[in-house]
Amino acid sequence: MSQSIPPIPPEDVRSATEAEDAKLASAQRSYSQGQLVRRRFFAHKPAVVSMAALIFIILLSITSIGFSGQGTGWWSKSFLATGLTVDGGVPTMFRDGFLGEHPFGQDSIGRDYFAMVMRGTQQSLLVALGVALSSTVLGVLVGALAGYFRGWIEAVLMRITDVVIVVPLLALAAVFGAYAQGLPGGTLTLALFIGLATWTGTARLVRAEILSLREKEYVSAAIAMGAHPARIILKHMLPNSIGVIVVNATFAIAAAILLETTLSYLGFGVQAPETSLGALIQNNQNAFTTRPWLFWFPGLFIIAIALSVNFIGDGLRDAIDPRQKRTGSARPGWRTAFGLLGQATAEERSGKQVTELSGGPTQMQPPAGMTDHGPDLGYDPTDEKRDS
Amino acid sequence: MSLSVPTAAVDPFADKPSVLEVDGLVKHFPITQGIVFQRKVGAVKAVDGVSFNLREGETLGIVGESGCGKSTLAKLLMRLEEPDAGTVKFRGEDFLSVKGDELRRLRRKIQIIFQDPYTSLNPRMSVGDIIAEPFKLHPEEKPRQGIRNRVKELLDLVGLNPEHINRYPHQFSGGQRQRIGIARGLALNPDVIICDEPVSALDVSVQAQVMNLLDDLQKEFGLSYIFIAHDLSVVRHISDRVGVMYLGKLAELGTQDEIYTGPAHPYTQALLSAVPLPDPTLRGAREQIVLQGDPPNPANPPSGCRFRTRCWKATEICATQEPELISRGQIAQLAACHHAQQNEKIIPAHS
Repeated sequence: MSQSIPPIPPEDVRSATEAEDAKLASAQRSYSQGQLVRRRFFAHKPAVVSMAALIFIILLSITSIGFSGQGTGWWSKSFLATGLTVDGGVPTMFRDGFLGEHPFGQDSIGRDYFAMVMRGTQQSLLVALGVALSSTVLGVLVGALAGYFRGWIEAVLMRITDVVIVVPLLALAAVFGAYAQGLPGGTLTLALFIGLATWTGTARLVRAEILSLREKEYVSAAIAMGAHPARIILKHMLPNSIGVIVVNATFAIAAAILLETTLSYLGFGVQAPETSLGALIQNNQNAFTTRPWLFWFPGLFIIAIALSVNFIGDGLRDAIDPRQKRTGSARPGWRTAFGLLGQATAEERSGKQVTELSGGPTQMQPPAGMTDHGPDLGYDPTDEKRDS
Repeated sequence: MSLSVPTAAVDPFADKPSVLEVDGLVKHFPITQGIVFQRKVGAVKAVDGVSFNLREGETLGIVGESGCGKSTLAKLLMRLEEPDAGTVKFRGEDFLSVKGDELRRLRRKIQIIFQDPYTSLNPRMSVGDIIAEPFKLHPEEKPRQGIRNRVKELLDLVGLNPEHINRYPHQFSGGQRQRIGIARGLALNPDVIICDEPVSALDVSVQAQVMNLLDDLQKEFGLSYIFIAHDLSVVRHISDRVGVMYLGKLAELGTQDEIYTGPAHPYTQALLSAVPLPDPTLRGAREQIVLQGDPPNPANPPSGCRFRTRCWKATEICATQEPELISRGQIAQLAACHHAQQNEKIIPAHS
């Protein structure tokens, strides 16, 4: 070794940097992480449709009978007021005009079933959000503390988690539900208590995530700069595990709606005269053969809410995953998904190279300005290894 | 650079005060067995008695093969790991025993640059936030001109466009990210920067840029560096003094010139003889030492001299008595070998 690496004059360094700058500037748009996530989410069609459906359900339930449930919305009937059962309580929707007197029919004591289902939807959504909130907060707290501090703190917290997991969820939730019934605050209190039984999955996922983030050098850098553990967890670790947390919270919402349905069905959930979708099904299970609409309408809303929340969670998971580089145009539309559109045509539409199956050798030319991974995001993953 | 300085050059830092004094630093990682009741069945002796001092404005290079304890040493010096024994003194103050506010004050003065620019920057924070973080953690160091202006100055200082303050790490290349890491390290005006393999993840051309940047910053701010690397030519380029590590101990410690032109420890000689020569006419003109076997298990190092199992000079005394890191005979540098002797044959003619 006669010479070491020859020193490069600083002017060259600057010009090489400028070359990089020029490359960055030439990419017209550059997106922050949040913008990328939003773009990917809105490219996920089932998630967008589901979100529209969920918003519609929420608006419908709140505007129709008002949040107090006392006829403050555009639907004048109360879910509590009994009355004469007209025509055996058959739904009047599409029979007497668009809605009629009782669009979803009436139950056996003449209450308006549309108002009851709307009230049940409100309560079920409230339960879902409350459970998701309390289980996520508790799970993130336990998981983050266990993952960051390790040692005996982790041992104690994770053994508690194990105990909670070992007890059957339904039994635990029923105990908490029964306990919450004696407390003020109604449905929201019940929801927060049910969350005490469902935080374990989040805790374990967050702990695993924090354990891997702990080894990242930016965490070491923060420690070396003298950062407090709370700051490291809040500023460095949780923002980087937000994908796991958000996705888990959405799935917790769907699970909570079903759990509340089960609890109400067993009699540990929302108590009469208050109602929820699960309670409606439980009250009317005997009517399934005689007056099936009392069963179907709340069931339909449960399915719609659970499905749409699940699809939203799906979309969020895909969108937040930083390894995902593709955006809208690379994703097949629903017609492709159901096989109604030929694969080749779909690829053509999404700007991919079309493989000719017949017609001999043809010129294969991708459309100008399009690459294999969708439109230019101002960042080319293959650039990563290259340098100035 | 001091490439053409003759062998007998005086140490230019001889009269400078020490900023960092490391004495007998030891870190053993326990090996445990059992699930519920863990018992210690041994220890990986990652760093096992390392002593040196770092003087003002000096660059101390630390070289050694994978697993010899270089990075553990860096973590100990940053107090990212707590050592089992030994002392680290920063300008005479014991860095290892301070707590709370004292520790935070000393942490400002010792900063680190990490190996991997892809994991050393938080992907969720903008470059401006990353470089401003030191000021947020140490509000008493808040710059007079405002944090944002200071961040822009720092970006300019490390050769990045200050207008990119709102960009995210994923929009930069590896070399640029390493510059961001350097800017973060410089933010609090430290005295010592520990560079833990700062260029080994970069392309060679970018390595040169980053090293020249470090060199310029040293001249401008009078920084002291501990430069850890496994690339001998990189260390030679930047270091004033060089320490060679083997299995958790320093094998040889001397000025850059002493180590590279007259290595006395057999391990250093073997390392240097393995460096490829860029000049094809010189090939074959020097002796190549090929070591046999692998480094011993650091959980169970050999008795006496740790290098004896692979050393061609080993004798009885090497197995029984551990060689101290001292100056021996005519040799200027410190060598931990009973048989330390310079070997001119491994150095190509016109080095």
